[in-house]
Amino acid sequence: MLIKKPADIPYSEVTPKHLYLRRREFIQAAAAGTIGGAIGLSPFAVERLNAQGRAKLPNVRKSPLSTSEPANTFEEATGYNNFYEFGTDKEDPKANAQKFVPKPWTIKVEGLVKSPATIDLDAFIKPHALEERIYRMRCVEGWSMVIPWVGFPLADVIKQLEPQPSAKFVEFTTLYDPNRMPGQRYPVLQWPYIEGLRLDEAMNPLTLLVVGVYGETLPNQNGAPIRLVIPWKYGFKGIKSIVRIRFTDKQPRGSWEVAQAREYGFYANVNPNVDHPRWSQATERRLGEFRRRKTEMFNGYGAQVASLYTGLDLRKNY
Amino acid sequence: MTGFGLFRRTIFAAALVPAAALVYGFFTNDLTANPIDYITDTTGYTAITLLMISLAITPLRRLTGRNDLIRLRRMLGLLAFFYACLHFSTWLVLDWFFDFASMAADVVERPFITMGMLTFLLLIPLAATSTAGMIRRLGKRWQQLHRLVYVAGITAVIHFWWVVKADFREPRFFALALTVLLGFRAWWMLRPRLSSRF
Repeated sequence: MLIKKPADIPYSEVTPKHLYLRRREFIQAAAAGTIGGAIGLSPFAVERLNAQGRAKLPNVRKSPLSTSEPANTFEEATGYNNFYEFGTDKEDPKANAQKFVPKPWTIKVEGLVKSPATIDLDAFIKPHALEERIYRMRCVEGWSMVIPWVGFPLADVIKQLEPQPSAKFVEFTTLYDPNRMPGQRYPVLQWPYIEGLRLDEAMNPLTLLVVGVYGETLPNQNGAPIRLVIPWKYGFKGIKSIVRIRFTDKQPRGSWEVAQAREYGFYANVNPNVDHPRWSQATERRLGEFRRRKTEMFNGYGAQVASLYTGLDLRKNY
Repeated sequence: MTGFGLFRRTIFAAALVPAAALVYGFFTNDLTANPIDYITDTTGYTAITLLMISLAITPLRRLTGRNDLIRLRRMLGLLAFFYACLHFSTWLVLDWFFDFASMAADVVERPFITMGMLTFLLLIPLAATSTAGMIRRLGKRWQQLHRLVYVAGITAVIHFWWVVKADFREPRFFALALTVLLGFRAWWMLRPRLSSRF
């Protein structure tokens, strides 16, 4: 006998736990007529939430672009982060981002694009099928992980947004809100955090807009609600908590490049042959392993991306 | 035990807390996702902190007139050296696992490692000559030799400064502390000469 699993309760039927716990406030606010559409039907707000406030993402397809290497643990990927907006120690983001509420959230699309707009996150994500991509992630500091991201290709979004022919680069900006991101109260980096890609890099099928990890919505410390992952580049290029996407004809200057142009370039492609001025990039430590392993050119994604850089001197364009 | 003896033992015990916490963290699997980096950072941070505190003893003694503070100095210096040894061993064993070729390349090519290595080398003769017998045998030269700790303090701060990526608050604090601590000594050394001129 075939027993069908009951279908998941549709998004719209479930209230997220933290909203549920605050339901009286909302009832009062709604009664006062102040909330209105604020409790919209968000795919992320209304899936069933677990004890930590994360929701399982439904209908996530596997991707042939995933690596078969064993993934790091959830604890490793969500407890050891560089996200200076929540502090500069590796464990700071997890400790300091718990109260952050990544909603409501809008993404401003501007610059050389058909129709600049401010798009609600749900509307922004809705047209795209989610897929799981298990990628290697190499930090510029010399450690690496394997992480099962959930997201959709940035290329699909760009095609939809229709950049003008003069657009050559895409620039991304992180939320700037020192009240909610306490690390921004001190100018460790130039806030808001900015990163950019060449348009053809952004269009590469590997470049992923990420809304989840391990099949669940992104924990705050990993860049909730939406971040970028470019697996052949050092991790700092993967800008988190994105609020703005701007198409431009000028090469954007990222926050790390502004801080130390000699050390962090625009390209930041993983390259074992070009050292950071202060340390070698020839090896890396995969978290969970004892011995260092050799770092691969383009983090092992050369087959998909090397052609982007034909004729470019990667020593100068680090 | 005298009150000061107890104070001294308390400081000794307190200085061992970071090492004990690492051992405890090792057995409870609580040294972050990157234990080697965490051990490196913790031992290095504790070493430089204790080195600064050992350099604070003489100024404190002169400012407060409490001469028994001198009895803390050797202990603090040796504790700093103990953590420097742990810091160095972490690099040697855990980080590189005796890959001497890569380590040699690192020392030559990476200025922050050169500085760290130099600091460690400077501390070795100081630790080796810290016994009562050595102090007696070296006489006046002991004091001259131990002025190397000023150099070690400077190279340690530079080492820390150069390893940091963007958040310079901690190395800046140590640089400031060291400037004040060495500033006292410079002032006390120069004052008699300056005042004799007027």
